[in-house]
Amino acid sequence: MGFWAINVDTMLWSVGLGIFFLWFFGKVAKSVTSGVPGNTQNFVETVIEFVDDNVKGIFHYKNPVIAPLALTIFVWIFLMNLMDLVPVDWLPYVAGQMGIHFMKVVPTTDVNATGGMAISVLALIIYYSIKQKGVGGFMKELSFQPLPKIFLPFNLFLEIVGLLAKPVSLALRLFGNMYAGEMIFILIALLPFWIQWLLSVPWAIFHILVITLQAFIFMVLTIVYLAMAHDDH
Amino acid sequence: MNINLTIIGQAIAFFIFVVFCMKYVWPPITGALAERKKKIAEGLEAADRATRDLHLAQEKATANLHDSKVQAAAIIEQANKRANQIIDEAKEQARAEADRVKAAAQAEIEQDANRAKEALRAQVAALVMAGAEKVLEASIDEKAHAQLLEKLSAEL
Repeated sequence: MGFWAINVDTMLWSVGLGIFFLWFFGKVAKSVTSGVPGNTQNFVETVIEFVDDNVKGIFHYKNPVIAPLALTIFVWIFLMNLMDLVPVDWLPYVAGQMGIHFMKVVPTTDVNATGGMAISVLALIIYYSIKQKGVGGFMKELSFQPLPKIFLPFNLFLEIVGLLAKPVSLALRLFGNMYAGEMIFILIALLPFWIQWLLSVPWAIFHILVITLQAFIFMVLTIVYLAMAHDDH
Repeated sequence: MNINLTIIGQAIAFFIFVVFCMKYVWPPITGALAERKKKIAEGLEAADRATRDLHLAQEKATANLHDSKVQAAAIIEQANKRANQIIDEAKEQARAEADRVKAAAQAEIEQDANRAKEALRAQVAALVMAGAEKVLEASIDEKAHAQLLEKLSAEL
């Protein structure tokens, strides 16, 4: 399969989980009350408050896009990671019965999914850098620091590497963590069936932390990168 | 893809995992959520209560103000009445005093007049006596005429 192939499983699961996120939060948003919140509203409010606190703590400019972006990133990645906790062979087995013989259930174990999100973040970084500082300002930022102006080619090289390192690190960190986690689940699944739980259960419990943490890190780094794009040097 | 015992093994693991989550992961989360909900409910209730209290206090204040206004009006009215009464009393007293002074003055005047009359009467008697003496130029029996003169002066 060359570059032009599409991982249908990744697309379907990620879009499906994205739609679930939008549907769930949208449903709560429509029936929101200013009185005592119901259980779902209470849950959604807690999540939104958590994200909003983080955005307010890191991002000090006025930009209505950042908080919803952060919320979407956090919840969506969390949901995609959450698929990791479903026993590793169950959903592929069901798909296998329907005639699909290879399926990846966790979209974040596909570097295409994490890379896609990271490239979107890179696009936002460049967009807001130019919007805040103009093309000239952005170019100046890339070429006139950290060393004096005479070292322009060196500065340019260094800054572009730094800029590109942001999405690469975002994509690979998430992908690496989730892929490794999934891999260990697959390896555990190769053990005799009566002993599997001994390793699988602790790993799953540990994974509750990992999936939340990875979603949180992706969100926080996105906010930090966009705050840096707004910063004027 | 062939089904084998792995799927049972995963089911066992998943079952244990779910039980673990139910026991140790879920309760803290729902507990935190419940606490948040309780706090919100309490906050809203407190706000409601405060609004109600404020209304009550305002009503009470209005009532108090009204009461005190009524009381103030009553006090002013009473004071006016009392003032009028005092003025009347003073007038009455002044009038009585004036009457008394007038009466005393009159009595004194009368007394003085009587005293003057008395003196005049005595002098008239003496004058008459002197006149008569001069007219008669004769020795007159004072004793004989004194009685007569006294009678005369009493008639004056």
